[in-house]
Amino acid sequence: MPEISNFTMNFGPQHPSAHGVLRLVLELDGEVIERADPHIGLLHRATEKLAEHKTFLQNLPYMDRLDYVSMMCNEHAYCRAVEGLLGIEIPQRAQYIRTLFDEITRVLNHLLWLGAYALDVGAMSVFLYCFREREDLMDVYEAVSGARMHAAYYRPGGVYRDLPAQMPQYEASPYRDAKRLEELNANRGGSVLDFIEDFTRRFPGYVDEYETLLTDNRIWKQRTVGIGVVAPERAIALGFTGPMLRASGVAWDLRRTQPYAAYADLDFEIPLGKEGDCYDRYLVRVAEMRESNKIIAQCVDWLRKNPGPVMVDDYKVAPPPREEMKTSMEALIHHFKLFSEGMIVPAGEIYAAVEAPKGEFGIYLLSDGANKPYRMKIRAPGFSHLAAMDEMAKGHMIADVVAILATMDIVFGEIDR
Amino acid sequence: MVSQQIEAGLGQRIRRRQIARGELTLELACDDFLASCTWLRDEAGFDQLIDICGVDYAEYGDGTWEGERFAAVYHLLGIQSRQRLRLRVFLDEDLPIIASVNAIWPAANWFERETFDLFGFLFEGHPDLRRILTDYGFVGYPFRKDFPLVGTVEMRYDPDQRRVIYEPTRTEERVVVPRIVRSDEEGRYDARN
Repeated sequence: MPEISNFTMNFGPQHPSAHGVLRLVLELDGEVIERADPHIGLLHRATEKLAEHKTFLQNLPYMDRLDYVSMMCNEHAYCRAVEGLLGIEIPQRAQYIRTLFDEITRVLNHLLWLGAYALDVGAMSVFLYCFREREDLMDVYEAVSGARMHAAYYRPGGVYRDLPAQMPQYEASPYRDAKRLEELNANRGGSVLDFIEDFTRRFPGYVDEYETLLTDNRIWKQRTVGIGVVAPERAIALGFTGPMLRASGVAWDLRRTQPYAAYADLDFEIPLGKEGDCYDRYLVRVAEMRESNKIIAQCVDWLRKNPGPVMVDDYKVAPPPREEMKTSMEALIHHFKLFSEGMIVPAGEIYAAVEAPKGEFGIYLLSDGANKPYRMKIRAPGFSHLAAMDEMAKGHMIADVVAILATMDIVFGEIDR
Repeated sequence: MVSQQIEAGLGQRIRRRQIARGELTLELACDDFLASCTWLRDEAGFDQLIDICGVDYAEYGDGTWEGERFAAVYHLLGIQSRQRLRLRVFLDEDLPIIASVNAIWPAANWFERETFDLFGFLFEGHPDLRRILTDYGFVGYPFRKDFPLVGTVEMRYDPDQRRVIYEPTRTEERVVVPRIVRSDEEGRYDARN
């Protein structure tokens, strides 16, 4: 009888379906996973330590770089934490703009997830479809903040500026003819809100397209149904949040259970799964995209009717307007102090969480009354999800590891921090 | 409401209780921490562990901190009751050791590894207390306040030895914006003066 020993295999850190830099050490019995040991930290930048050495405003752009697929949701959690410590209420219009962009971010995130997941499992074309829509939403990001990804648009006290009255248009270029240019600019004639509204009308049709490609696809079902099943009690115990928890059938969504921003006034459903397998998580996320689209439409409607300020009128937190700085000495001093010394946040501690596309993204902020945080802890949803990798992968085949990893919606920016 | 129920249940184990900004914080004793946690999960319904984080109070308020130096902070969530709870446990400076809650909330596994990695807290009873975020073979606890921001070693490829080598860091720490602590009495509106 020959001696049979387990085989250990390294998956990553340079594997394309490792979603960045995951080194997964797999202990195999034949082709069956006996133990999965994720080695993380290859993208560790000590954001939390850096934050202790930067002012509250300087820390904000670091938030974009945590979960770099859902940038504005991270900013939202941070801004809510700082606002909570300062004890300020932000204008209603800013709340709606934040809600609008949280949902745009959710759609962006889920589109990337869907495209990447399908690609990992073997369906090439979904990726191309998803990135077509991402382009439109990235343009919205760029229109309001000037950056396609790392926006730094939310600020403690509101959002940096109101929505622009004109959606930027494509310019003539030697690489595209006049007809193509006209096509590209067809829905960019009006304001940013017009463009978003046009998108919300088109988007359900696009989601139908993805579903046509996947939902009843035999190969897709073979790869996802019954893979990585997590029971509801187990999902809670393992610290799952977001779609990972809801796909197991637990109705928990911070937008509904602990509402923030403008979610309490909006009408939307919380999609739930039954089985808690990869297929259910796919269905939940696709349904969430449809719900997000509804929320976006409601926000656009509200924002059209209700003009107003988008930043608190408190120069200790928000910079004074440019015009005022040209004439008022005090405004100029405020501006200088805010951007050099930063704002002084009262001593205390707070935990602020938002329902990010991946789950509960929280910031625990501890201030000792200085212009810099004393300690900032980032609670990343992906961290808890990846920790369950061993449990979810046990007993599955090597090929299923890719499906399970992708279903968690892993982004290493937030896990390694 | 919940606060009273917890107070009745935990009794003497609560060292300090604080409600600020709508959040309840309990300071628990390190000795019977595990029993308190079991009670909180089974009787008070805090079925999800959201986060564990370490805090080093060494430089708090420009060094005016008088309590213990280290604390472990736990954030709990009750799905049914929709309640959140924060626990704080102060640890011994020389031997920061605390019972692992891994058996109560399996989510604690990686959070405890992370806190061990960054702060050097020891979680007694943890099945696999290895470093998680830092490099293989890393020395020191980087999130402690006495650890320099620029680190202690830097890494480069050495063409002579044809391998990656570690050397003491040559970067100097640079403070662009100094840290300014103002007391609560001054209030933030006096901050500009």
